[in-house]
Amino acid sequence: MKYEERLQNVTVLGAAGKMGSGILLLTAVEMADLSLQTENKDKTFVLNAVDVSDEALHGLMGYLRVQVRKVAEKKTVALRAMYADRADLIENYHIIDEYIFDVMNIVRPVNSMEVAYNSNIIFEAIKEDPALKVKIFKQINENSKVEPWFFTNTSSIPITELDEKADLNGNVVGFHFYNPPAVQRLVELIRAKNTKDEVNDFALAYAKKLRKIIVPSNDIAGFIGNGHFMRDALHGMLEAEKMVDDFGGYVNSVYAINKVTQDFLVRPMGIFQLIDYVGVEVCSYIMSVMNPNLDNEDLHSTLLDIMIEQGITGGQYSSGAQKDGFLKYEKGRPVAIWDINSKKYVDIAGFSADVDTKLGALPASMKPWKAVNFSKKKDVSLEAIFTEMNGMDTKAAQIAKVYNKRSNEIGHLLVDSGVAANDADVNTVMLTGFFHAYGPINNYLK
Amino acid sequence: MIPHKKVYMYGGYNTISLGTGRKEFNPKKARPGIEHYLKEAGQGVLKQIGGAKNVDDGVIGNFMAARFNNQANLPGFLPMIDEGLSMKYGTSVEGACGSGGLSLQTGIRNILAGSDVTLSLGMEVQNTVKAIYGADILAGAGWYQKRKAGHAYFFPGQFSDRAGAYFAKYDRERARKGMSMWYHNAILNARLDPTAQEYHNATPNPYETCMAMEPNGRVFVENLNFLDCSKVSDGASGIAICSEEGLKKIGVNKSDAVEVVSFVQSVRDITKDPTDLTELEAIKYAANKALEEAGISVHQLATAEVHDCFSIAGILSVEALGLAKPGEGCDYVYEGNTARDGVMPINTSGGLIGWGHPTGGTGVHQAVTIWQQLTKTAGDYQVNIPGDRPYGMTINMGGDDVTISAIVYKRG
Repeated sequence: MKYEERLQNVTVLGAAGKMGSGILLLTAVEMADLSLQTENKDKTFVLNAVDVSDEALHGLMGYLRVQVRKVAEKKTVALRAMYADRADLIENYHIIDEYIFDVMNIVRPVNSMEVAYNSNIIFEAIKEDPALKVKIFKQINENSKVEPWFFTNTSSIPITELDEKADLNGNVVGFHFYNPPAVQRLVELIRAKNTKDEVNDFALAYAKKLRKIIVPSNDIAGFIGNGHFMRDALHGMLEAEKMVDDFGGYVNSVYAINKVTQDFLVRPMGIFQLIDYVGVEVCSYIMSVMNPNLDNEDLHSTLLDIMIEQGITGGQYSSGAQKDGFLKYEKGRPVAIWDINSKKYVDIAGFSADVDTKLGALPASMKPWKAVNFSKKKDVSLEAIFTEMNGMDTKAAQIAKVYNKRSNEIGHLLVDSGVAANDADVNTVMLTGFFHAYGPINNYLK
Repeated sequence: MIPHKKVYMYGGYNTISLGTGRKEFNPKKARPGIEHYLKEAGQGVLKQIGGAKNVDDGVIGNFMAARFNNQANLPGFLPMIDEGLSMKYGTSVEGACGSGGLSLQTGIRNILAGSDVTLSLGMEVQNTVKAIYGADILAGAGWYQKRKAGHAYFFPGQFSDRAGAYFAKYDRERARKGMSMWYHNAILNARLDPTAQEYHNATPNPYETCMAMEPNGRVFVENLNFLDCSKVSDGASGIAICSEEGLKKIGVNKSDAVEVVSFVQSVRDITKDPTDLTELEAIKYAANKALEEAGISVHQLATAEVHDCFSIAGILSVEALGLAKPGEGCDYVYEGNTARDGVMPINTSGGLIGWGHPTGGTGVHQAVTIWQQLTKTAGDYQVNIPGDRPYGMTINMGGDDVTISAIVYKRG
């Protein structure tokens, strides 16, 4: 079956979710572009958007319309060529409107899974629950009228486990987009032990058409991205718990670690904000999926357990706005920190000056992440910042050095344990998937 | 034409040219509409001429308010500017980006027909739609039958083809240097005029920046980069056009006004492609006719305002004026001749690329700049006006060398 034939009938499971909606958008656009090629004009392309919630599917179609318009506006030059034979489409807006219709016309929003029985490709972006995934894969595979290929967006579950438990016979591959899929260029590609070559080849071709950066990861729970992030987050939480007395209280300590990891390590957000962004509950869940597969390591956070018990979950609203977690947000900016002892948010403004003094000043050469990361002279800036920090002995510099050392260790661990093929792959994932300004495997801080 | 009686211009006023580049521009926030710009420019002129009671009639140049702003019947806005214009003669004129020039031409004709003071305005508010849809609207300046085969960015596409033909016939490298220097001069001049769209532009070396930006046909057009193009602008300009009696009525000395020495308006068939892409045939005709009727050579101009909707149009205008031979306009510009301290300062307040290009307003803005320069009231962007070269000129173009206004001025 040729590439475009295989893409004639596709299903996205969990299509209205944060990841699913992005995967749906990218796939719908790719399918529409194929359908507009002269040789495909008599073929029908179908993309089932499956989700349990009708309400969410309703929202999904609105999201899709807005996003496809953006896509069309960016590639109008190419679209004019694609619609050159349509004498009725003259102005850009005619062409853009037609393209939006052509993309939307491929998508079938539906809340039952049976439609997937006709699909050649199943993109799965449902809850990170191994048993649920296995159950659904099995059901589709057994009832399918074709031999479907499964592309799972799991960020932590070993693909081999899914393949074997669902009897997929190698027709499965890990295709892990980063959030949000339409923007983030990174995809981790994970082959199970028996993943067929043609499935893998198709995944590569599809990723190339979507202009994604592919990093292969070995099939070990958590892969590269979560392999680093979960351990890095655990380190951050343990550090915060350890330093409660140093900073005069729990919230002070959380604030301090979050600040060091953002400002002193030149990252896009502090570690606690990142946990909130991914979701407190999601992080805990991913750790629990990864942990049984790890030797000599206990990837578990009691602090996350306490947060969940206290009903503080983080994550995002369907609008994309940040829910409160370790931090409380106003207009996207942290303003308070959840105190697990008093079970209340405590305003940052009340104690930040005191903690800032204890942490010590930023290096004089310091620039915010945004200024560094998008600069052509990024390496020069980072060199200057960290050289200066190496000579500093403030509390913040000490924490940053230990933090970077741990990040470094995690990077090497991922290579040594065979998750990543090499140092460069680890760094690429963190640079492109997490927007770090520099990879974990670095020589900046001593 | 040579006016059969004296015609003067006085009291020019420009709003800011609002769009990307101005610090106060935020595409996500609501912006002033056409009412605001017409009022500000109109009242800005009226204040200088003793109010609306002195005005006999008004004319508004505008290209596409009907699509950018869903508004036609623009003469109805004249009394909104000042109720003193209520029930007076008013009209609006359209000739694409040459609409402002038509507003001037109409005003001059009003005076020759017996009026004493005409309020001439030009206005466009274009940031109401994204550039990709604005391109559709602006494509109306071309022949609609050609739209289907045209580029997504229709007019950049047309002038990219002109640049491509120029590159092929002469020399791409020399042409790019000249075009980049054109951008450089536009930015340097705009930085001197607080109303200019590029007033806040702080690029250290605009020439180098433009040279370094290779045109990319995949995302834009083949032979022009973004800096070769004038931007999307909201703005309006106004000026009073007066008879000798009119000047007396408003109490202004001739020496504070400019006199219209000759005025030419000519059109080329919009349904026909240009004979030679490397020549602006209609501009060449109108500009030379205006100079001839004024009885002067181009070298007697102290300064000129030309229609640089694209840098290549600036270069071709220099050639059409006879300042350089065909294929050498790029060198003429590159060598600094059109810079503010050059032998022939052109577009001294930034032109369309530097000051901005609110399409229907541009022609009037050009007249305001020439009035300021010749009466030495241009402030920071004043250039030297040599005593033996007391003339100025404006050339305004609608479409791809289609609707042209050329006017020669001297101090009154």
